[in-house]
Amino acid sequence: MSAADGATRAPGSGRARADERAAPGAREGAGTVEFCGLRLAHRVINGSGTFDVVAARAVFGAALDERFPFAAYVSKTITLEPRAGNPPPRLWEAAQGLINSIGLPNKGLEAYMDEDVPALASLTTEVPAGPAAGTSRVAVPLVTNVMGSTAEELVELVDACHERAEISAVELNVSCPNVKTGLDIGADPVLLEHVVRATRERTSKPLVVKLTPNAADVPACARAAQAGGADAVSLINTLRAMALTPPARGERRHPWLGGGTGGLSGPALRTVALAQVAAVAESVSVPVIGMGGVENTAHARDLIDAGAALVAVGTENFRDPAAAARIARDLAETGL
Amino acid sequence: MSGFARATAPFARRLLRVTGVDPLGAYELLRAADPHGPEPSPGQFLMLATAERWGGGVDGRPYLPRAFSIARRRAGESHFLLEDVGPGTHRLAELRAGDALWALGPLGRGFSAPAAGKRAILIGGGAGIAPLAILQDTLGREATVLVGFRDAAHARGAELLRGARVATDDGAIGHRGPCTDLLAAELGRDPDAVVYACGPPAMLEAVRAMCASLSVDAQLALETGMACGFGACFGCAVPRLDGGYLRACVDGPVIDAAALERVPEAVGAHP
Ligand SMILES: Cc1cc2nc3c(=O)[nH]c(=O)nc-3n(C[C@H](O)[C@H](O)[C@H](O)COP(=O)(O)OP(=O)(O)OC[C@H]3O[C@@H](n4cnc5c(N)ncnc54)[C@H](O)[C@@H]3O)c2cc1C
Ligand SMILES: Cc1cc2nc3c(=O)[nH]c(=O)nc-3n(C[C@H](O)[C@H](O)[C@H](O)COP(=O)(O)O)c2cc1C
Ligand code: FES
Repeated sequence: MSAADGATRAPGSGRARADERAAPGAREGAGTVEFCGLRLAHRVINGSGTFDVVAARAVFGAALDERFPFAAYVSKTITLEPRAGNPPPRLWEAAQGLINSIGLPNKGLEAYMDEDVPALASLTTEVPAGPAAGTSRVAVPLVTNVMGSTAEELVELVDACHERAEISAVELNVSCPNVKTGLDIGADPVLLEHVVRATRERTSKPLVVKLTPNAADVPACARAAQAGGADAVSLINTLRAMALTPPARGERRHPWLGGGTGGLSGPALRTVALAQVAAVAESVSVPVIGMGGVENTAHARDLIDAGAALVAVGTENFRDPAAAARIARDLAETGL
Repeated sequence: MSGFARATAPFARRLLRVTGVDPLGAYELLRAADPHGPEPSPGQFLMLATAERWGGGVDGRPYLPRAFSIARRRAGESHFLLEDVGPGTHRLAELRAGDALWALGPLGRGFSAPAAGKRAILIGGGAGIAPLAILQDTLGREATVLVGFRDAAHARGAELLRGARVATDDGAIGHRGPCTDLLAAELGRDPDAVVYACGPPAMLEAVRAMCASLSVDAQLALETGMACGFGACFGCAVPRLDGGYLRACVDGPVIDAAALERVPEAVGAHP
């Protein structure tokens, strides 16, 4: 059985264009939502790197699986080789926001496939709206987020995802510097289209490109991702930001974070996210996953009204691990 | 060593009702009714944030909740010891009976019970004495308790513990000097003990080094900046002896001293 025939997917729709369907992310009769051929319980998923199901199971026990908050689960970014992450400090609390320099720690592709994928394969969640509300459970598709610094690396990662039936979709994190230019791959439309096309050819699973907000022309990058064959785009990732060590007489001040600069997330970037999501949704026909500072239903609704098919919750998970469930329930009650 | 089960946290933050905030010298003792909270294991913590006006101050902080050791659990109430050192603790210290407080937890791995027959020595510095109170309650037998503070106002914190021997930096109360002097004397007399420690990084590092040189088991409760407290953000990294990092919130906050090369300097979420 090819991975693309996995139970959670409608067949053959991985490459379907949004404009061939009724509406991107249309709500179906049963109260579920269709997204790139996947059937989702609702519109709210997690931002990559902001929720670790394996760790959370040990903390919250069976309640996590019973009341799983996300309609799809996006893994943290996986790289070919294991990464320890950046030296501490990794966090700086900003005004209504968080700057992180976590540095994408992960166990590497092989250990992720061996240890984590089986543990993430059988997630289910309740449908919050429609005739099936509260009574039926649907599968929570596993989206694996991968990052590589070259097209070759990304191809190797995508090939490995394609092999696994448990993985329903792949998200490319293209916020990785190109070794030659120093520019993020995702900030250069020409390079971006090239890497998306190279990976697109390797899988029939839905391919989501997570755009970087640290680019001169984000809609141009979104169009490049679409031209390369992306099934959807997601945004925004964190905005590049920094903090300095406290002033001390006679001492030169240094970056506070172990990684030098970090990425800003949370309410502080919500309005930036809204502007970028709106601009991208106008520029492409593939569905858009919107995120950035979502804390409640009103924020999620803003992104949906700006053109997002799905909304992802990131930093708000840290304040309340059940935040996404609350937002999904309220959204469903308003008919979205 | 085993014993002291780790409590499972309810899967959502919950609202607690503040029952009192009372000064204890330089500290505040915050009490809140938490009837639905599971019984914590000593050394576990909650992430706390006030329900109102959390943020919106001069610099838009606090934004994230803050970690606090559960100092005591009594008749459905949880007690916390805090000192106003920044925007989060400042806001918490302002609470009054009846106010609402968001809480998530109990979180983290707490202390392990001492092996049968082993003597327990509890050593704490500053607000780090908080988890030693619930540990003393749970041990339910005589333990040696050594605590260190800056000055007399802070030393009032020792009232949280029974029979504590006090050291102060300025000598105003008890021994003049670090509380690790008291530990050195105790271990010199009888090294057959387990040491439980919580306090500032320099104190924990002194405890770690002393226990390592005497081959005494030590459990250290660490404090690092935390954004989530349940393993989601990877922000609470602590370097491990065998390379890589621990997550203080899920692998700790209580860590076997032998797993660390040294106790890292405090890395809060803000200087
Ligand atoms: C598991 C755990 C248990 C804790 N238990 C207690 C407790 O029982 N009582 C208590 O008063 N505090 C405790 N803390 C520390 C508490 O979370 C910090 O005091 C709090 O983050 C300070 O927040 P603030 O907004 O008041 O000040 P901030 O502006 O965030 O910090 C003010 C000062 O505290 C330092 N600091 C900030 N965060 C930390 C931190 N996490 N650890 C050590 N130093 C820090 C900063 O470097 C600065 O000097 C605990 C921390 C952890 C991780
Ligand atoms: C601590 C932290 C870790 C993150 N890790 C990743 C990651 O591994 N891969 C990725 O694509 N995005 C990562 N992100 C970005 C989020 O998925 C999201 O795009 C961003 O935080 C904006 O949403 P928010 O404001 O709701 O947090 C991370 C964000 C945070 C705060
Ligand atoms: S505080 Fe978030 S992983 Fe430890």
